[in-house]
Amino acid sequence: MLDYASLKVIWWLLVGVLLVGFAIMDGHDMGVGTLLPFVGKDDTERRVVINTVGPHWDGNQVWFITGGGAIFAAWPLVYATAFSGFYWAMLLVLWALFFRPVGFDYRSKIDNPTWRSVWDWGLFVGGTVPPLIFGVAFGNLLQGVPFHFDNNLLSTYDGSFWGLLNPFALLCGVVSSAMISFHGGVYLAHRTEGAIQQRAQAWVRVTGLIWLLGFTLAGIWLARGIDGYVISSAIQPDALPDPLAKTVSRAAGAWLGNYQRWPLAMLLPATGYLGCIVAMLLLRNGRSFAAFWASAVGLAGVIGTAGVSMFPFVMPSSSHPASSLTVWDSVSSQLTLELMLVATLIFMPLIILYTRWAYKVMGGKVTAAYVRENNHSAY
Amino acid sequence: MLDNVVDLSRLQFAVTALYHFLFVPLTIGMVWMLVIMEAVWVMTGKQVYQDMTRFWGKLFGINFALGVTTGITMEFQFGTNWAYYSHYVGDIFGAPLAIEGLMAFFLESTMIGLFFFGWNRLSRKQHLLVTILMAIGTNLSALWILIANGWMQNPVGAEFSYQTMRMEMTDFAALLFNPDAQAKFVHTVSAGYVTGAMFVLSISSWYLLRGRNVEFARKSFRIAAAFGFASVCSVIVLGDESGYTVGEAQQIKLAAIEAMWHTEPAPASFNLLAWPNETRMENDWQVSIPWVMGLIGTRSVSKQIPGIHEIMAQNRLRIQSGMLAVQALEAVRRNGKDSAALKVLEAHKQDLGFGLLLKKYTADVATATPQMIDAAARDTIPRVAPMFWSFRLMVGMGMAMLLLFGWSFWASLKGDFQHRPRLLKLALCCLPLPWLSCELGWVVAEYGRQPWTIYGVLPTRLSVSTLSVESLYGSLAGFVGFYTVLLVVEMMLMVRFARQGPGSLGTGRYDNETAH
Repeated sequence: MLDYASLKVIWWLLVGVLLVGFAIMDGHDMGVGTLLPFVGKDDTERRVVINTVGPHWDGNQVWFITGGGAIFAAWPLVYATAFSGFYWAMLLVLWALFFRPVGFDYRSKIDNPTWRSVWDWGLFVGGTVPPLIFGVAFGNLLQGVPFHFDNNLLSTYDGSFWGLLNPFALLCGVVSSAMISFHGGVYLAHRTEGAIQQRAQAWVRVTGLIWLLGFTLAGIWLARGIDGYVISSAIQPDALPDPLAKTVSRAAGAWLGNYQRWPLAMLLPATGYLGCIVAMLLLRNGRSFAAFWASAVGLAGVIGTAGVSMFPFVMPSSSHPASSLTVWDSVSSQLTLELMLVATLIFMPLIILYTRWAYKVMGGKVTAAYVRENNHSAY
Repeated sequence: MLDNVVDLSRLQFAVTALYHFLFVPLTIGMVWMLVIMEAVWVMTGKQVYQDMTRFWGKLFGINFALGVTTGITMEFQFGTNWAYYSHYVGDIFGAPLAIEGLMAFFLESTMIGLFFFGWNRLSRKQHLLVTILMAIGTNLSALWILIANGWMQNPVGAEFSYQTMRMEMTDFAALLFNPDAQAKFVHTVSAGYVTGAMFVLSISSWYLLRGRNVEFARKSFRIAAAFGFASVCSVIVLGDESGYTVGEAQQIKLAAIEAMWHTEPAPASFNLLAWPNETRMENDWQVSIPWVMGLIGTRSVSKQIPGIHEIMAQNRLRIQSGMLAVQALEAVRRNGKDSAALKVLEAHKQDLGFGLLLKKYTADVATATPQMIDAAARDTIPRVAPMFWSFRLMVGMGMAMLLLFGWSFWASLKGDFQHRPRLLKLALCCLPLPWLSCELGWVVAEYGRQPWTIYGVLPTRLSVSTLSVESLYGSLAGFVGFYTVLLVVEMMLMVRFARQGPGSLGTGRYDNETAH
């Protein structure tokens, strides 16, 4: 079997894969939620928009739930420290997510404009708040988060909720929101036609520009204005995980170190740009399905950039750098990592297969006629 | 007035878990009824069975939406409010949660979309397959969650590691085949099946009482009566009682449930009714039936069932042993090469959790007085009266449902049930019983586990996050507010569609059709 150090790196990759999977799958229906009030001008149009993701949002949301479960199982200290430290941010995400299942399922069950309008805005909140907060969270991870452990590994968060809302983190939130809306817009352009499709394309152009500009700005800011973290003691990748066993120092430009060490990693930010640009070009030529996957690759590029810049750090501590959580010292035991790897290798291909089948069955353009014909069963 | 993070975190968990569990049992049970109805449709081709699948499916969907909504809360909450717990046992507890997502919840959630939207896109057999996969996903989901929960009651297959300061998995198979988890799974899903059956039985009875959609309601009633009768027998026969003899945590629960303060000569008598007195630690009075407890509890006439005082005496010894483990652990955490301390830790490791109970009384466990040890031993017993009464109410309602389903099944075999208004009215009145007994079952299982989150391993009061009391009040208020609104909305829709009945499908075949 694999040694402990390799397993730790594999799990870093797998958590990345789950996050990217979440961004691609749940991301597109969240993006659709964000765009809903703007691309659907009347009730029928909004029902068309909602029904493009109607049969799929529930399955897609499990990427999020499984991502959370996988972090719990593979990185229990990260799960414990991040969820309790970001207490109010997490509750905001959770409460925003409340609007999705009920919004989707209940909205069209009653034919009343006020009722439907309330749920439409509920779906907007449920699609907009989580990507925004995840972006803000990543922005804070890149700067370090104020927390420390006591000798029994009980974590204490030393900051406040308002401290999370600093300018760089907010910029990351904007980039994240733009990416997810972009992705949702591309999906909508693929699944609708006529006026809705045109409006979706217009939003894709706007959000695409914000994505490219925001990503550039965040990159420059990260390189020039934000100190990275470096492990200053000897690293033992195969040691038993103990976050207090190392020393950590902050250094300007440290987050660029990995790109010097592994120049190929430059492909990730490049993909972040290219995915977005190629998606816009493909969409202009009417190749909306290919555009969706180009956009997906772009999401992977941006998320990968954030991950690789920090590697091996996962959650650096700004107040007590030695408490920082890294790939080497925040993980589960070897046995648990092995088991979870086996489970993932068995089930992930199955999930992809039946998800693909579900999209194939429900494929094709969603139109006003579709909504009319399925008045009692569609959302 | 609650003024500390531990009690507030417990309250928040109890509120959100009990609320989540208003929706879960109905999902678990109804999904199989949908499978049965649709299978009959595919086999016989009779339209009414498809209409049944779609109509009951609609109510299922209204319920499912809130199950999903409130389920995410549960996953978040381990991290947000029980951070030390998450660190201390995440190595074991996280795995079944993650596998639940991968193996079960993905399947269930993907198929539910096709269930609702795929009617015109799939062949009959394909759609039936989707419904079956949805049912399998739902039930596997329950299995993994109860494997995780079973481990909290009876933590097998794991060991404490002083280097990583947490419990680590040593034997995954032991976790899977934990007898506690198996007993819980069977008991809980059967209770869900009863809930699903009662839901369909009651609403069908209401239609029959009103003389509406008679054919539709008759067929639904029959399926519900048969499915419910089988399920309620399974809840009772394969009930949790068998699980109570396994593991120490369950012994304490058993003693508290039965208000058995003292060990009796085998076979013990059963307290049908009693008035437990917590201060005297005796029953003020009791009505007992000889032999019965020993027979139920041990399936033998010779095995003894330990009473509360004996269990406390044993636990007192374990606390004393655990004191040594806690001190040794502290020494080892200061200096990993302290071989004398390591030896002590190794010898007393299995009682470490008991030593940690003393942290409630003193930060430095080495200085614990005999009074503190007594108090900690007393803490290992949950309050008896709530356990005693919750259990009796739960079982009483189970028996009432057994009678109702027995009668309904009998009447549906004879076929004259629609002319038996008393049966139909009773079925309607019994609608709340499965929900009440499921909630009480949660109370017995989880309140009865106190003072531990993980029995014998981690005390509840050490499991929480470092949060402020204000944060807890804020989040609790948020949950109560959101959940109240959601419940009102859900109930309104449920009542509206249940009243309208299959006419809401807009097929033109039923009473109360929706206008086009």
